[in-house]
Amino acid sequence: MKLTPILVGAFTVALASSASAQTLTIATVNNGDMVRMQGLSPAFTEETGIALNWVVLEENTLRQNVTTDIATNGGQYDVMTIGTYEAPIWAKQGWLVPLDALTSDAAYDVDDLLPPIRDGLSYEGKLYAAPFYGESSFIMYRTDLMEKAGLTMPEAPTWEFIGEAARAMTDRAADINGICLRGKAGWGENMAFLTAMSNSFGARWFDETWKPQFDQPEWKATLDTYLSLMADAGPAGASSNGFNENLTLFQQGKCGMWIDATVAASFVTNPTDSTVADKVGFALAPDTGLGKRGNWLWAWSLAIPASSQNQDAAAKFINWATNKAYLETVAAQDGWANVPPGTRISLYENAEYQAAAPFAEMTMGSIYAADPTQPSVKPVPYTGVQFVAIPEFAGIATNVGQLFSAALAGQMSADDALAQAQDATTRDMTRAGYIK
Amino acid sequence: MATAQTRTLARVMMAPAVIVLLVWMIVPLVMTLWFSFQNYSLINPMMTGFAGWGNYLYVIGDPSFTQSLINTLILVGGVLLITVVGGIFLALLIDQPIWGQGILRIIVISPFFVMPPVAALIWKNGFMHPGYGMLGHLWKAFGLQPVDWFNQYPLFSVIVIVAWQWLPFATLIFLTALQSLSEEQREAAEMDGANAVNRFYYIILPHMARSVTIVILIQTIFLLGIFAEIRVTTGGGPGYASTNIAFLVFRTGILSNDIGAGSAGGVVAVIIANIVAFFLMRAVGKNLDA
Repeated sequence: MKLTPILVGAFTVALASSASAQTLTIATVNNGDMVRMQGLSPAFTEETGIALNWVVLEENTLRQNVTTDIATNGGQYDVMTIGTYEAPIWAKQGWLVPLDALTSDAAYDVDDLLPPIRDGLSYEGKLYAAPFYGESSFIMYRTDLMEKAGLTMPEAPTWEFIGEAARAMTDRAADINGICLRGKAGWGENMAFLTAMSNSFGARWFDETWKPQFDQPEWKATLDTYLSLMADAGPAGASSNGFNENLTLFQQGKCGMWIDATVAASFVTNPTDSTVADKVGFALAPDTGLGKRGNWLWAWSLAIPASSQNQDAAAKFINWATNKAYLETVAAQDGWANVPPGTRISLYENAEYQAAAPFAEMTMGSIYAADPTQPSVKPVPYTGVQFVAIPEFAGIATNVGQLFSAALAGQMSADDALAQAQDATTRDMTRAGYIK
Repeated sequence: MATAQTRTLARVMMAPAVIVLLVWMIVPLVMTLWFSFQNYSLINPMMTGFAGWGNYLYVIGDPSFTQSLINTLILVGGVLLITVVGGIFLALLIDQPIWGQGILRIIVISPFFVMPPVAALIWKNGFMHPGYGMLGHLWKAFGLQPVDWFNQYPLFSVIVIVAWQWLPFATLIFLTALQSLSEEQREAAEMDGANAVNRFYYIILPHMARSVTIVILIQTIFLLGIFAEIRVTTGGGPGYASTNIAFLVFRTGILSNDIGAGSAGGVVAVIIANIVAFFLMRAVGKNLDA
């Protein structure tokens, strides 16, 4: 018996069937919630017959990859994981497909999305990315150390109180730092924190004519407060510390307070990882009484690039990954505490979730305390709370982040850092055409 | 003796390889030159058209340009100093007939097999981190405050890591040179009453001159473009303290998505590398004539 015709036939059938089945290529970030989504996704393929090809990358690599792909119209991905920074900028440039299929689907219930998050992912009233999980930032603190210092954390403290408490909680001999804050340079690292902090001091990145504002007293007050706080009560080598380093320090019991992403709450209260799991309290990010708090707003979200050849299938996948049923699937498998937080109002009204996540209410309060359309006290020409939603911001803020990190490391004074930040930013904004 | 026909045949047969190699080099170079005169930003489609010298003026006018130039030279000089002096010392040491010489040689050359980002990560987290690095624990054991190397001495820290990687290369080359020195010459000097120091200065060092030149030339070419170690450890900072020309080009072209200015920076980097190579060849290359 000749096998060749049979093999050729089988091969042709296989090719034909693989050509007819649709395959989506999805770029996503390698954090826990997304990895879980990947694990659950065979159910989507079973339901729809759409195969999934995953490209899971570390955050910075993902950003560079998807930015290059979308800017050059590469068409490598059908679904991209992007943040609140990219969504409105890319939508404006016509690089993303509006998610009309989702917003018009009653079962998806787009009105259930938290308004600040939804606004952050919209451009001219249209939704361009669906939030997978959302976050703000708040204060996580050690209740035992606070008590030992003879202080009580208010629900909405001021920076003055935080300064006092941090210095009182510091015990260098016992390797306890009153406060741990981001110091590592980067637009998504120290500048996310410092920009959010500056909002509460009345500072802003640009005035209405796009002139940088680092020469204004509000930025000086922000940086002076940050540097003196870190000098008196921060950990050694703080200018190398980002989210992960501070998380480790807090979990090891070396921080009295930590102001960072709300998503960290489940990590610091998890007894398997955290030595202080049962001693953590939460409070809103501090203010100075000017009406704005120092907390940010972010959502890792799914969007469809205009270059995708499989836009309908991509919309189906996004619907599957971000609707209410997905939350229930995760809850059934891993418990309510592990569902992706910060995207849907209904989740925060769910009694089971409230019982499983003691930080739920404070997370919701923090998300609502951030306003991307009016982030600071004075008027601004941009949107974004801990970033400025213009394409040039990532480059500019990385540069400024280096200067502020150098000030924290003691390599330059706060005044020098601010003066250089002003010069460099003015130069870049002039080049980009914002300043004539 | 080649006839005219065989010479023609050889040329025809070699032509494809030569053309591919030329295209391989020329296309990227021409594209870089072309982009360096264009307004081209990946993230801002409004930036288009001929830029003239704008991109070059922007890169050279960068507040960190002068410092990155100085940092580049300090980096190259520092690493060369450590690897050449250390390499000669190590080569002399492992050339001695000692027990376990083979294993010792493998240990000495092993850093050369570690990829730069991996080496940088090992040094960053395993050795130099003030909290959980080995050096931090050592400092603490003596009751001292751990040194935050990458923030207090960023450029020095990068030099140490790069020197650690290149030391085996220098050592291997020097060891080869050392082993080519005739035993008779050494013995003759010894019989004439030359002590170890004199033998080193008058016999060994002059004999190694050519290999020292080779090491300096080859390493300089690679060291001018150090990138991975900086990216992994300091990110060019704090401030611009450890930004070299290669990192500045990366920051401009990739982090800021400014392809025009990044290309201009690349061209400037090539010109600087050629200037350095020119002076280096004049200064030390004469050793190669002999």
